Amino acid sequence: MNTSDKTLVVVQLTGGNDFMNTIVPYTNQHYFDARKKIVMDQSEVIPINDTLAINKNASSFKDIFDAGNMAIIQGIGYPNSNRSHFRGMDIWHTCEPDKVGNDGWLGLALRELDPSAENVLTGVNIGQGLPRAMAVSGVPVTSISDLETYGVMNSIERQKLKEKSIQAFKDIYGQAIGSGKVSEYIGKTGLDVLKGADMLNEVAANYQSNVEYAENQISNNLKDIARIHTSDLGTRIFYTSQGGYDTHANELPTHPKLIRELSDGISDFMDDLEEHNLSENVLILVFTEFGRRMKDNGSGTDHGSGGGAFLFGKNVKGGLYSDYPSLNPKDWEHGEDLKHTIDFRSVYSTVLEKWMGIESRSIVKGDFEQLSPFVV
Amino acid sequence: MKSDRQLVAHLMRRAGFGSTSEELDELTHSKTYEEIVDDLVNPERFDQIDSSFVERYYGGEPVAVHVGKWLFRMTNTLRPLEEKMSLFLHQIFPVAWGKSEHGPSIYRQIEMFRDVGLTSFKTILLHLSKDPAMIFWLDNNENHKNEINENYGRELLELFSMGVGNYSESDIKNASRAFTGWTFDQPLSLYPYGHHEAEFKFIAEDHDFGTKEFLGQSGNFDGEDIIDIIVSQNATARFVSRHLYNFFVEDEVQVPSWETVPPKDEDAIRFLIGAFEASNGNMRFILKELFNSDFFKNSIGFSKVKSPTELIVGVLRQTGEYSDPTHGIHQFAVTTLNGSPYEGPMAIMGQRLMNPPTVEGWHTGFEWIDSGTLSERIGFVEKQFSDPDKPGVADIIDRLGSLDDEPKLIVDRCLDVLGSIIVRDETYDSLIRYAENLKGIGDDAGVHHLVQMVTSTVDYQFE
Repeated sequence: MNTSDKTLVVVQLTGGNDFMNTIVPYTNQHYFDARKKIVMDQSEVIPINDTLAINKNASSFKDIFDAGNMAIIQGIGYPNSNRSHFRGMDIWHTCEPDKVGNDGWLGLALRELDPSAENVLTGVNIGQGLPRAMAVSGVPVTSISDLETYGVMNSIERQKLKEKSIQAFKDIYGQAIGSGKVSEYIGKTGLDVLKGADMLNEVAANYQSNVEYAENQISNNLKDIARIHTSDLGTRIFYTSQGGYDTHANELPTHPKLIRELSDGISDFMDDLEEHNLSENVLILVFTEFGRRMKDNGSGTDHGSGGGAFLFGKNVKGGLYSDYPSLNPKDWEHGEDLKHTIDFRSVYSTVLEKWMGIESRSIVKGDFEQLSPFVV
Repeated sequence: MKSDRQLVAHLMRRAGFGSTSEELDELTHSKTYEEIVDDLVNPERFDQIDSSFVERYYGGEPVAVHVGKWLFRMTNTLRPLEEKMSLFLHQIFPVAWGKSEHGPSIYRQIEMFRDVGLTSFKTILLHLSKDPAMIFWLDNNENHKNEINENYGRELLELFSMGVGNYSESDIKNASRAFTGWTFDQPLSLYPYGHHEAEFKFIAEDHDFGTKEFLGQSGNFDGEDIIDIIVSQNATARFVSRHLYNFFVEDEVQVPSWETVPPKDEDAIRFLIGAFEASNGNMRFILKELFNSDFFKNSIGFSKVKSPTELIVGVLRQTGEYSDPTHGIHQFAVTTLNGSPYEGPMAIMGQRLMNPPTVEGWHTGFEWIDSGTLSERIGFVEKQFSDPDKPGVADIIDRLGSLDDEPKLIVDRCLDVLGSIIVRDETYDSLIRYAENLKGIGDDAGVHHLVQMVTSTVDYQFE
């Protein structure tokens, strides 16, 4: 497999997705014993084998799974989970479970992919706020909260006024070169924003597709990724997130809606890539910081440990990976959580080495068992 | 004119969140620079904000609401240094909501900072050590007589007072022993009453009353004795001086590097250490000395990058949109972590107040800036200054007049009206060219475009 044109799309499910209610152990009595109210009964799931079923609300996942393009990584996690969102996310972002790390794993990967930082769009985050996973000092990453308004002087509609305004901005930021280290850095970052915005300028006009995405945050973001990717601007890593998974309360109306939006969004995105003949080279990694508690609390579920991740793509070898964590109460972590069965850094290093063609050891900080989730 | 307008503007940006044109008129007209400094360090001379009013508008538990309350205070206080000191202490003693998810205690800590910020460093450390939010954040409630937890003892020495290299592992253990039994009490159970402020509690049975050896001294020390010894150390005077310099005067390298990287201005640090030692760490006295010093006055210009909070509050003070309690100021602080899929500008710019990323706090200075945060800074000012109905914007436009005047005069007025801003010569020339161009465009262009450009410059990112 030629990795030089492979692209990775990372989707973060923020808040801790309830893995057990996504990939449901629909025949296991321990599940029904633990989950009194926040439970998917047999009428609400679509079986994929004798023990596991996909939540009906994520029926698009079932279609992708049946087509052999979805790998389910069961029981993913890290040692000594402390159930903090922030610490959890930090660990997933920096691969540092024991100390506070600053460098994001994808930022480090970007530095390998584009060592001289030639293309400000090698890494693109769609969403608000640069995730720590993408942040490494000196690695330019373009972070776009709204593709239509990215850049500067966006509120100005009149063409001539806009031109003059951007010219002035360019003058001011360009002149900062040679005016002291910090001014210079800010100046360069401002020019990067302009450069990125310039390249992205044509994206909306260029993009055509028969796929109609639903109107929600994750679908919009995936559509933006499709728009940028189909414009062929050299992006190798995209990042986006879907929020709202912290379902301590009201899980039953919330969680089904989220996974429906997610699964439909990913399905549309894959169709879109197919339509543009780009499906061969795109891998989607979906992760969340932790799974949720075995027992529900009557309205929702509290923070847990072991969860699940997913890989999607035409070159993904579909199926189940690792083992579903034991549901037997005697095996529960902290006496109440699913115990993880595979370290998340195994998946990272697999994706880095086998998909992106990057040596992973220094990025994930160690050697981890690799999977074989790709077709070629 | 009793005082220099640019210098007063500089002082008000650093000691507060900047001044409007009207405020500068008043200050420079009625007071000398030294009198203004004296007012700043004596906030009791000015009325407090009526907090019942604030509570009524900004109720509820989400952390964004608490940040909203704080933003309202920063924007409208008549005692700017109180709020600035609270921000300073929050940045050097960063406690995140994310661990406890306990909004009231986190906000109570900010109120405590407001109360003690201008007292002595000893008082500050003592209140900090008894603060429930801090106790929970660094696990001092897990620090027991027979089973010490070193988390608080370690950070107290490493991050909060002396810095690495000035104490031993044994000092950490002994300090931790002295804080055993310092815990907190939760007045009401979380379910079904929700979060209420917790209170400090000393449990004598869980306190180690034995003899401790700490920094060369020996005795039956408790936490307060340990703090006494800490504040008498030269290393503490130096560490606090470097923090004050970094926050009020000039960006230094990140704190963990201070052990190896010398200060940018050793003389200034020595001066601050002298003030610390002469006053037993009295912050009011040290800050007065700092603001009146030449090195402070000379730091005007491009020595400090605005934090997101400083940028946002500075702009909100200009636009006047939140000069009365109004719903919505918390929108600037909303984060995805509150269950909302949207983030406010403060989070996008990289500073979730009351929710710092780690116990080390935020990386400050130029590290505030990346393409996403810069794009957000520029988008933010564009948006805030685009609505002429906001009272402050109307006032700015009124003071600026039309584009018909001489471009140089318009730019001069614009820089002045926005709080006597300083820009580099190159920026100044570009702004004049831009004003000329605006003039040539006709009806579509207005003076507010110049305001947006001034606040979008590289120069404006500096405080």
